[in-house]
Amino acid sequence: MLNAARCATTIVATLIVAVAPYTSRAEACEDLVLGAALSTTGIYASNGNNTKNGYEFAVKKINDGGGVKIGDHCYHFKIIYYDDESTPARAAQLIERLIDQDKVKFVLGPYSSPMTKAVLPVTEKYKTPVVQAEAASRSLFTQGYKYHFGTIATSEKYLAPVIDMAAEHAKTAGKDASGVKVAMIYQDDPFSLDVRQGVLDEIKKYKMRAVIDDRMPKDLNDITAFLTKVKALKPDVLLISGHEKGAVTAARQMGEHKIDVPLVGVTHCESAKLIADFPQVAEGFVCPTQWAESMKSAGPLFGSSSDYDKAIKAAYPEYKVVPYQTSSASAAILVWRDALERAQSLDPEKVRDALTKTDLETFWGHIKFAADGSNPSKDMVMRQIQGDKYKVIWPTKLAAATLIYPRDAHY
Amino acid sequence: MQQIASNLSVLMQAPIFNLGLLIDGVLIGAIFALAGYGLALVWGVMNVKNLAQGDFIMIGGYLTWLLGKHGIHPLFGVPVAFVVLWGIGNLIYRTVICKVISRDLFTSLLATFGIAIVIQQGLNLAFGPDTQTADAQLPTWDLANGLITVTTTRLIGFGLAAVLALAVILFMKGSRMGQAIRATAQDARAARVLGIDTEKVYAFTFSLNAAICGAAGALVAMVWNVQPFMGTTYSIRLFVVVTAAGFGNLPGVIAAGFGMGVFEQFGGFIFGAQFQQALIVVMLLLVLATRQLQQRRLRQAVQ
Repeated sequence: MLNAARCATTIVATLIVAVAPYTSRAEACEDLVLGAALSTTGIYASNGNNTKNGYEFAVKKINDGGGVKIGDHCYHFKIIYYDDESTPARAAQLIERLIDQDKVKFVLGPYSSPMTKAVLPVTEKYKTPVVQAEAASRSLFTQGYKYHFGTIATSEKYLAPVIDMAAEHAKTAGKDASGVKVAMIYQDDPFSLDVRQGVLDEIKKYKMRAVIDDRMPKDLNDITAFLTKVKALKPDVLLISGHEKGAVTAARQMGEHKIDVPLVGVTHCESAKLIADFPQVAEGFVCPTQWAESMKSAGPLFGSSSDYDKAIKAAYPEYKVVPYQTSSASAAILVWRDALERAQSLDPEKVRDALTKTDLETFWGHIKFAADGSNPSKDMVMRQIQGDKYKVIWPTKLAAATLIYPRDAHY
Repeated sequence: MQQIASNLSVLMQAPIFNLGLLIDGVLIGAIFALAGYGLALVWGVMNVKNLAQGDFIMIGGYLTWLLGKHGIHPLFGVPVAFVVLWGIGNLIYRTVICKVISRDLFTSLLATFGIAIVIQQGLNLAFGPDTQTADAQLPTWDLANGLITVTTTRLIGFGLAAVLALAVILFMKGSRMGQAIRATAQDARAARVLGIDTEKVYAFTFSLNAAICGAAGALVAMVWNVQPFMGTTYSIRLFVVVTAAGFGNLPGVIAAGFGMGVFEQFGGFIFGAQFQQALIVVMLLLVLATRQLQQRRLRQAVQ
């Protein structure tokens, strides 16, 4: 009995000695809290979750690698999440609560432009810096906000390249680009309407004609009437931007109505899982993305974009194709680490100043903020679904395949 | 403005598209009519305005999607959803609705609204927030050189909706339970005096409504798509259908369901998808305003 007790004490003592260096090192790292309102319910819940996965993946990687070093201290990132219920007003309330009650000094963006639009006036009021990688609406960068930094390409760049492709194709076919007819439908929200604005500018540039220009409310799941118009007017280009639900609805109903348009541009193909659920219809869709694993970019911590792709697929096996919402979320955490380490301070003002001087190569592309808080060097990558795979077709320097025109849809 | 004019001219120059829109509208209108019928039933018999109607539809839709995922043809979703939702409806009646049925309007509105939220979050927890669709893998029929496409799922949906509606109407007219339901709707107290177990009638009515919604949901999952939070849109549409028809007016509900389907398609074509649902609400306003005027005349005549 006594022997057993002594034995146990020895084991415990050995364990303590063995573990001590690790625990003391871990204890030396304090928590550095970031706050985020993300949608876990409501229509944005799907991409809200993708965003969260990206945040968590990067936080774990940074914490495992020793955390953030400021002076002699090391810090581990910790994120407080609240559910904004996909409601902008709720997101604004929650951010106020994060800053005011939870004393969070650094904020991560919510998912989508409408949420971010609601959140930014609050963070400006409290002079709290925000780094977001999920809101692309151009209008977020024209308000003169001083504490807002967005890493992703702004929304007017999303589908505009499809118009360039159509013009290019008309030219090689010996026709005038002005003869190209465009049909399009956008969800009624700041992001999608900015996508529309970018497309309209391009259409004007080539003097093309927008024969259909519809908007869909966010809770509409039937675009039959729009597709009937497409059939009647036979456009050369069809553009659809309505987040994940818009992409699913479009793919579903285009298949039912056998819509045969040679060039189709759709946003949010990955998060809508078009290849898995609608392989036949989605063949030939051109999908914009902020990030592709075949992109030639690399940086600290995650290595190259294909390294990141492999690592996150191992951590989240449910991703057959990693949504760019996830990879850009991880990149946002990298931006925080970089700025905090350069500022060598936890003072929001100093960190904000460091953020303005960000000049960072990452697996996700180059990040350098302009005076308005946007990241102008970031361009979209266009991929076409060819034989159940996403193939990069634009910009040409990154292209792994060429555009198949007309698309080879087989209903 | 220019687009509206050009859309109208398309319809004038190629009248075949009118037919296409009409067919689409009628085929989907059948689903509205079916679920609207259930809402009118509960509203008329129990005086409960069921705000969870659209969410019952979503449960039916998810059951169908689930069957499809396990390799069972989604068409079987219709009877399965009917039976399962009957059970769920019965459970909800026994736990919640029977406690609020004798209370005022707001209590029942709040209770059903609460049920709606619980169902939405439950579906979200169980199946995730993604938009899902049950693919029946049925062919699409081309008419007029492919200018009109009629999908088999919609045809089947229409057929099933018609059969179900007919069965319910015959049941109401012919069976003892149907008679009891109608008697309770007319005067619950008198029905009780005459020995009708109104409690049983209420439970039956609510379960029947849930079951009808389940079947409609199965059709929704096959024809469109389902998402945990999309039920509210359907609730609103169905309220418009029932209010426009006037509850108690069952043939009117069916006509209004079809009308709404057709109206949505033409509205979406001519004015753009952004007005597809807004126009429905405008239609409701017009109907209510007309009713109000008619009734004012009636009231003056009585004085």
